[in-house]
Amino acid sequence: MIDKTRPDTQSCVADIPDGATLLVGGFGGAGMPHELIEAVIARAPKDLTIISNNAGNGTTGLAALLAAGLVKKVVCSFPRQADSQVFDQLYREGKLELELVPQGNLVERIRAGGAGIGAFFTPTGYGTPIANGKETRQIDGRNYVLEYPLKADFALIKAHRGDRWGNLTYRKTARNFGPVMATAATITVAQVEDIVPLGALDPEDIVTPGVFVDRLVAIGTGAAQ
Amino acid sequence: MSEIATAFKPWTRAEMAQLIAADIPDGAIVNIGIGMPELVADFLPQDKEILLHSENGILGMGPKPSPNEVDYDLINAGKQPVTLLDGGAFFDHSLSFAMMRGGHLDIAILGAFQVAVNGDLANWATNDPNAIPAVGGAMDLAVGARNVFVMMELLTKKGESKLVAHCTYPLTGLGCVSRVYTDHGVIDITPEGFVARLLPPGLSLEALNARAGIGIRAS
Repeated sequence: MIDKTRPDTQSCVADIPDGATLLVGGFGGAGMPHELIEAVIARAPKDLTIISNNAGNGTTGLAALLAAGLVKKVVCSFPRQADSQVFDQLYREGKLELELVPQGNLVERIRAGGAGIGAFFTPTGYGTPIANGKETRQIDGRNYVLEYPLKADFALIKAHRGDRWGNLTYRKTARNFGPVMATAATITVAQVEDIVPLGALDPEDIVTPGVFVDRLVAIGTGAAQ
Repeated sequence: MSEIATAFKPWTRAEMAQLIAADIPDGAIVNIGIGMPELVADFLPQDKEILLHSENGILGMGPKPSPNEVDYDLINAGKQPVTLLDGGAFFDHSLSFAMMRGGHLDIAILGAFQVAVNGDLANWATNDPNAIPAVGGAMDLAVGARNVFVMMELLTKKGESKLVAHCTYPLTGLGCVSRVYTDHGVIDITPEGFVARLLPPGLSLEALNARAGIGIRAS
């Protein structure tokens, strides 16, 4: 029998070691796995590398993880926001390493990581500082930059509903990075609003097939912020 | 500057947004960047069907919700609550950026720090070492959208022209901008350089050139 469900968030993240690399879903607050992040903060592994689109909003979620001093490096596309004060301060103090990646390169590098692609040529960033030191190639008269995959030890994502096989559906723009990140980690953990019986999810609606999910936990309905 | 006619008043941001909105053809797929370009959404003509794309996975984005419709699972690239039109769709980031990078968007409207005469765009970082860098989806839009429109004021707060011979700020994309909507006129980027497409009432081409400090030709 396959049962990937876990009774609580703590047991989903209890084996995250010091120095781990984590893919963290979400675009701003939408799709941000707040409850899983709170469990990581409680476990307190150190020297984490976080791959996520943003670098925390306000004082919760990723911002709280940064504020707890558990992160040494952030790989993201858009750290600067009106409410990114936690990241801003740590970065200015030199306490955080930042790898800035254009958003499309970020998601495609994660996709490549999950899809078994060794590297890919993308036009994004050609001729800009992002491409400094990288291999380039002209293909059919257009210039491209070679980018390498991103993989992680764990992916923490938020979905809408799931079943015990790990099949997932998403809600509106909270989908964002979740389906791609789920493919690119050794262990993918999904928090969902509720876990439903097998067969209750319409197979036409399943966005992430269970093969990509290792653990899921129901956290109930909570308004995203 | 004495050569500027006293009758001249730069276009307001709302007027610039109206001009852009009027230039978007019926049926266009458009990505509106965060910041100043967001105003364009307020002026989209009702008699045209224009599909708005948002990088975080929306095609067919609708206007702001009423207070009781706010859903923080339905936000735009600026992380503000929005709505979905009938016929709209949600999708993941990989597909969203395939739309952008793959040439499926007709128009991207972006803000800018500088636009060069060859269409180079600088809009994600200044040379301020204290600034937090952030690029988001700008580079993907710059290389991928069929037309990149820039919306910006002509001059910086210090009075320097943002239309330049060469960008001095870090580049977002090479040769990607097709048209610039400024408070001092609409300027096309052509193989022959900057060409004035439309000027505000009371501003002559000579006066615009004096302010911009760079050659802008008559259309």
